[in-house]
Amino acid sequence: MDHITFLVAVVIVTALAFDFTNGFHDTANAMATSIATGALKPRVAVLISGVLNVVGAFLSTEVAKTISGGIVNDALVTPGMIFAGLIGAILWNLVTWLAGLPSSSSHALFGGLIGAVWVGAGSGAVNFDKVVEKILIPAVASPVVAGLAALTATYLAYRLTARARKESVTKGFRLGQVASASLVSLAHGTNDAQKTMGVITLTLISAGALGHDAGPPVWVIGTSGLAIGLGTYLGGWRIIRTMGKGLTEIQSPQGFAAETASTTVILTSAHLGFALSTTQVASGSILGAGLGRRLAEVRWGIAGRMALAWLITLPSAALVGGVAASVVKHGGDIGTAIIALVAAAVAAGIFAVARRNPVAANNVNDHHEVTIRKPAPSHVGPVA
Amino acid sequence: MHLDWTALGEVTAVSIGVTIAVVVVFAVGVLGVARHEDTREHSGTSVLGMAQAGLCFLACAAVVAYGICLIVPQFH
Repeated sequence: MDHITFLVAVVIVTALAFDFTNGFHDTANAMATSIATGALKPRVAVLISGVLNVVGAFLSTEVAKTISGGIVNDALVTPGMIFAGLIGAILWNLVTWLAGLPSSSSHALFGGLIGAVWVGAGSGAVNFDKVVEKILIPAVASPVVAGLAALTATYLAYRLTARARKESVTKGFRLGQVASASLVSLAHGTNDAQKTMGVITLTLISAGALGHDAGPPVWVIGTSGLAIGLGTYLGGWRIIRTMGKGLTEIQSPQGFAAETASTTVILTSAHLGFALSTTQVASGSILGAGLGRRLAEVRWGIAGRMALAWLITLPSAALVGGVAASVVKHGGDIGTAIIALVAAAVAAGIFAVARRNPVAANNVNDHHEVTIRKPAPSHVGPVA
Repeated sequence: MHLDWTALGEVTAVSIGVTIAVVVVFAVGVLGVARHEDTREHSGTSVLGMAQAGLCFLACAAVVAYGICLIVPQFH
């Protein structure tokens, strides 16, 4: 283990921490609508999702050969930049989690890396063409496609079953949701755990601990899978509430249509080589399903806040990643340690603020909004 | 910068087509179950309803199986 320097060890721990936030940020994508419609009990839903994420991590054998898919010049990337980028991604994931906003973990990771590499190796090391092609276009197209598919499917499902007994229909679609939600989780595990494995493997290669073109060692697959599975199981209840209850009131036929749309969009694009964000696809599907049912209310205010979060995810993570990279660049190991400590302190602060108005399995379906401050108690009478 | 409009169009068409097909077939299956449960309440059985449901759910299961094949690289 001579090759595992202090910096490499820190990068591995940070990558696993990012993987964990990725897990609890994205539980909502697969399970929010199933929890909202009562197809699955909240704890059962996150358990299934967590297990399938671990299974997905082990199933996938295609090694992530590049961290970023060509968005930054991988040859110029150092472990220090990877560390700074990961810090940017983790902090942004935690801030959006606190606000209950489903933002893309992939965009956070890319943003953090872009910022760190820009500061560390100059703007020439960032391929802005690729940023447009791989991030911006899919970010606009995928939620629209998923939304259209879910909208049409929801409309047809309600038309077809309009005259049938309501209980039979609700029950039938709830059972269908169990299968559709599980598929989303499995697809998520094969994609997202892979990203972290790629980051750790490339760090080990750049440090000389692994040969070039080496695959991820078993312990990397295991820890990455467990980190994302554990994050998924602990559940991002705040984001689950926004996606399951906040955007629109979801019924089981809508939930089934939304999850089916998400699965097909994720699978067809992966098959044809499009990188996209699971979060944005799932949000688009849920909005479409809301619009497809007549008289269903879509809360455009929440949808707007979410879209705003998508827009600023990449630049914000890039900013944090850039600042962290400049400290690491000039401060060496001490700078790295300082950034790690500061990030840990900020993370602890965010968790402390979240505890003031916690959202958990027992109250996830009670409200449709995630607030940071406790709502004023309702038994207080009006002041005369 | 090169944009692959054909691939984008393909993703759009396939996604929307498959989603609608699966949801419609599943809805028809649910209708079959509903008809079966309806007639059972009036002390009868609807063989047609059950057959309709069985066929539809089988078709959906086949699509799910294909989906799993796409997800798991070992099956490729």
